Amino acid sequence: MIPELGHFTLILALCLAITQAVVPLVGSYTRTISWMAASRSLAWGQFVFLAISLAILTYAFLGNDFSVIYVAQNGNTKLPDLYKISAVWGAHEGSLLLWACMLAAWSVAIAAFSRNLPLEMVSRVLSVMGMVSIGFLLFMLLTSNPFDRTFPAPFEGGELNPMLQDPGLAIHPPLLYMGYVGFSVAFAFAIAALMGGRLDGSWARWSRPWTTIAWVFLTLGIVLGSWWAYYELGWGGWWFWDPVENASFMPWLIGTALMHSLAVTEKRGAFKSWTVLLAISAFSLSLLGTFLVRSGVLTSVHSFAADPERGVFILMFLLVVIGGSLLLYTWRAPYISGGGRFDLVSRETFLLGNNLLLAVFAALVLLGTLAPLIYDALELGKISVGFPWFNRMFLLTTPFLALLMGVGALSHWKHAEPSLFVKQLRVAFIISLLFGLLSLLPVFSAGNWLVGLGMGLAMWVASSHLVNVRDRLKNKRGFAGFWLDFKTGGRSYYGMILAHLGVAVFIVGITLVSNFGREEDVRMSPGDVSEIAGYNFTFEGVTQVSGPNYNASRGRFQVSKDGEHVATLEPEKRAYFVKTMPMTEAAIDWGLTRDLYVSLGEPLGGGDWSLRLYYKPYVRWIWLGGFLMGLGGILAVTDRRYRTSRMRSAKTADTANAAPAVSGG
Amino acid sequence: MRTFFLTLMFLLILPSSHASTLAEYTFDEPGKAEDFRTVTEEMRCLVCQNESLAGSNAELAVDLRNEIYDMMKAGRNKDEVIDFMVSRYGDFVLYRPPLKPSTYPIWFGPLIVFLIGGVVLFRILKRKSLTRETKLSTDEQHRLDDLLEQSTDPRDNNQ
Repeated sequence: MIPELGHFTLILALCLAITQAVVPLVGSYTRTISWMAASRSLAWGQFVFLAISLAILTYAFLGNDFSVIYVAQNGNTKLPDLYKISAVWGAHEGSLLLWACMLAAWSVAIAAFSRNLPLEMVSRVLSVMGMVSIGFLLFMLLTSNPFDRTFPAPFEGGELNPMLQDPGLAIHPPLLYMGYVGFSVAFAFAIAALMGGRLDGSWARWSRPWTTIAWVFLTLGIVLGSWWAYYELGWGGWWFWDPVENASFMPWLIGTALMHSLAVTEKRGAFKSWTVLLAISAFSLSLLGTFLVRSGVLTSVHSFAADPERGVFILMFLLVVIGGSLLLYTWRAPYISGGGRFDLVSRETFLLGNNLLLAVFAALVLLGTLAPLIYDALELGKISVGFPWFNRMFLLTTPFLALLMGVGALSHWKHAEPSLFVKQLRVAFIISLLFGLLSLLPVFSAGNWLVGLGMGLAMWVASSHLVNVRDRLKNKRGFAGFWLDFKTGGRSYYGMILAHLGVAVFIVGITLVSNFGREEDVRMSPGDVSEIAGYNFTFEGVTQVSGPNYNASRGRFQVSKDGEHVATLEPEKRAYFVKTMPMTEAAIDWGLTRDLYVSLGEPLGGGDWSLRLYYKPYVRWIWLGGFLMGLGGILAVTDRRYRTSRMRSAKTADTANAAPAVSGG
Repeated sequence: MRTFFLTLMFLLILPSSHASTLAEYTFDEPGKAEDFRTVTEEMRCLVCQNESLAGSNAELAVDLRNEIYDMMKAGRNKDEVIDFMVSRYGDFVLYRPPLKPSTYPIWFGPLIVFLIGGVVLFRILKRKSLTRETKLSTDEQHRLDDLLEQSTDPRDNNQ
């Protein structure tokens, strides 16, 4: 009975979504205030019903209700509670429910934190969100209902994919989805603005914090996913350009471009059409990401759910969303005004350059991801486009991005004086050049120019931003001056600096781990010692252990360097009871300057094992950099100017304190 | 030039996939082991979901690894092995698409995308430096002032 209640609330949510899409929109054209005002309550209603639905599914998992097909497939009585909960979104149907629920949560956040927005705008934004929601709820109810029952109920459930039984993966999808879905807000704002024909600085100002929050979620989601792949899959890598990784990376690239473009539109009124186009693209790519992961068109590690019929629905949905919004765009674009004039050397130019590079990069990733599909469809032969190709594209674009970043952050709007520029950046340039050349010395990389390039660029990004901060604080006194600046509206500035420094940290990480990482495949008997990058790994053999829902072989290693004990590592190889595929649990001794990483291969008889040993210098910097980028974004949205607008809105908002969002526009 | 690109790629190769290991494959000739690793890492395990031959534990992958090992042990070089694999399984097996007329879009398409980006940049910049400063309408200015009134961010006041 209870699962039917979940099904029923899902249908109710669909009814509310349809009302939310139609009524406020009509009201905004007929100027019927009550119709427009209804948008907020409708958003709340939809959210409440979807939350109930999600809670009921969770309840079914916790209570092992295997009469629900989805629970029977992914739940299991032996599953620890944490993974029972994460199993809710561990497969297709449930992850869609989470999607829809988050969409409703974002809508509610808009409803709650938009008291200072014109009602007309709010109602149109929420109407667009409602339309997106209709698509997802219909999709769920027609092709992928998580509440479908089976009779007789199986005695025991299948199991959550063992690969997903990990704390990191329990929160990775929600974060990623918050990012994906969050771009729907930027999308809705853009569409609403197109409808009203009012694309101005205030529109950009409203959608900026929302876009940044979505971007922060997406950034953290990707970082977490990459980290998970590193420690869980036992292959020592952190990015494989898998189609599903690309599916999250493309919206990220476009979202990054969008954030920067919105800044220009807000401050200078320029690039309006471009910004709108980016907002449409970012969300379209998020939808495409869902499509790529869920339709099964691409063979990939991550496609845990594959079903062509669903693919057709998502494809149609994509066509409607992308086609419809582009149609609206081409209809309205000619009426968008051009914005202010700027010189060739100005912040606008550099940001435009950065935008184009990011867009080009996203286009390349799209090309590489879809090329095998296109070739197959056009019968040009089956091909693969894998990491060697993508790595080359990465090398082709990112150095320019890093170069521009240093210049762009320092330049002025409208007109930047080249001579002033040279003066400011001369020192940073020389330091970076020296640093790059220094890393080419025999003791470091012995002339490996990639290391020189990477280290030089990282130093360039870091030093140019430090020069920037120094110039800003020139007339302020010491730390107190900085703190005052930080508190009084400087947060978005320092957020930008922090995020950009994150990029520098990231570059250091990938440069060093790609060029100095060591990997050794060895066969070891108990008592054997293997050396890698100066570390001695002593193998003490393998013992059998058992976990709640698996049996495992656990190896034991003592690692020492120059006779001193460094770490004890215990990698595992698990066989889960239900899904019997073996899973490796790598053992990692992590450090800021290096990771030592062991994973178990195969038993070779007589207590011997084949093993993989890795030495990964500075690999943590990759995720640390991503984390700093996210932190920078958070700093930026907590800037005072957004808080004041929230305080203003809070006076009139009776519901604001109950809503989940962080900030408002 | 060719060696230049090859080294470039070698340096960036990310070791791939699940923990199968190559410990059993040893060579007497120096450099051969490295070649073996490169070849198997840049080839797709045909029955897996995006795993390389080097990393996969699937039966077919193990067989192919052994076959490649035997070939290289018998003195065939990297290119010969790649040719053999492509003749048997097609280009699909290669993570790095080969350069030939049908793959020109993949290898030269990016240059065109870059070119388009450059042209767009150039055109916008040219148009921008020619247009005159546009003014906000009074209505727009009022609304903007209203929104900006409480801000103390120095960048709002036209940095």
